[in-house]
Amino acid sequence: MVKQPAGVKICLVVDDSRVIRKVARRILEDLGFEVAEAADGAEALAWRRTCNPDAILLDWNMPGMSGLEVLRQLRREPGGLEPKVIFCSAENELARIREALDEGADDYIMKPFDGDIVASKLTLAGLL
Amino acid sequence: MTPQDRDLIARLCGERAGLRIEPEKSHLLENRLGPVARREGFASVHEFVCAVRDRGEERLIWAAVEALSPAETAFFRDPAVFELILAQVLAALAGRNEAGPVRIWAASAGTGQEVYSLAMSLLEAAPAGGRVEIFASDLSEHRLEKAQGGLYSQFEVQRGLSAHRLVRHFETAEEGFALLPAVRATVQWQRVNLIEDLGRLGRFDLVLCRNLLNCLHAAARERVLGSLIAALRPGGCLVLGATEVAPGLAAAEGRPGFFFEGSAAARAAA
Repeated sequence: MVKQPAGVKICLVVDDSRVIRKVARRILEDLGFEVAEAADGAEALAWRRTCNPDAILLDWNMPGMSGLEVLRQLRREPGGLEPKVIFCSAENELARIREALDEGADDYIMKPFDGDIVASKLTLAGLL
Repeated sequence: MTPQDRDLIARLCGERAGLRIEPEKSHLLENRLGPVARREGFASVHEFVCAVRDRGEERLIWAAVEALSPAETAFFRDPAVFELILAQVLAALAGRNEAGPVRIWAASAGTGQEVYSLAMSLLEAAPAGGRVEIFASDLSEHRLEKAQGGLYSQFEVQRGLSAHRLVRHFETAEEGFALLPAVRATVQWQRVNLIEDLGRLGRFDLVLCRNLLNCLHAAARERVLGSLIAALRPGGCLVLGATEVAPGLAAAEGRPGFFFEGSAAARAAA
């Protein structure tokens, strides 16, 4: 793990789509974030324990653990309440969004997203 | 668009609404007029402007002018300023008691995001409500229609609005999300051209007009500012953009863009 310069915030992008991860990475790096990527839930939880991100951009529907399962597991782990978790999913039904928030997500991005939306959500989370 | 097209549109904007449009900004003109031209069934912006010139129809002229008036499209724009606006309303509420409702006017409300942000915050902070009257106006008929409908696209509800507020104040609509009737019902809409006589609107405890004055010609700016000030109740508060000023009112210390009507005593009470 590379030591971060003071003040640089880390965002972990969790998505099984390489394209989405790449798009998110570009947006986040433009916003001044250091970016880590995970392709599934297990990898995400492992990464979280080592890189201690300020924010996690979390897909819902992934092979293996779902985003919701990752969130539940994360919030039970030591230090797991610290990162801001922003769901990032094509799921756009209000009932599902409410479910994610009830489980402890800080905010929610409906795909497709753009740089303005990501910046807006990170601002609301107090990270920009 | 030809240079003549751009000059014509800039002139009309100045005459009809006091808007200062720089004809050299071809990109802005094309971007704003493109959707109007399509909506009106023209193949290009140039064809649309030709029709504006040749037919001289009021409806087409206004469609062009309205499209070039500024409009902000994010919810909770400048969150820190928004907190101050909310605090100001709550302070006015606390100060009025039985003296009738606190009256608020969002003078350049665009498609409604700013005034609905305030409406949502007030429902959250003072659910009893009833003691606040919110008026909202814009130059553009097209935007008013959208604002009154309270219908926003998936992109729009993600600009400045948290998912917590989305699930609390919106319902799913066919295309996008609709603000709940309970929120919409707190705001009354009216088309207002700010360079016209505004006496009929009455007077307000709080007038919001952020980032519009700087888009006007000097003479229009002076006239509009005068009308906004005249619309304030004694001790009332005018909120402008952070870089805009209101000579004639007292600037609030530490709150750029906030100005108060009347005496120091009224300001202290506010």
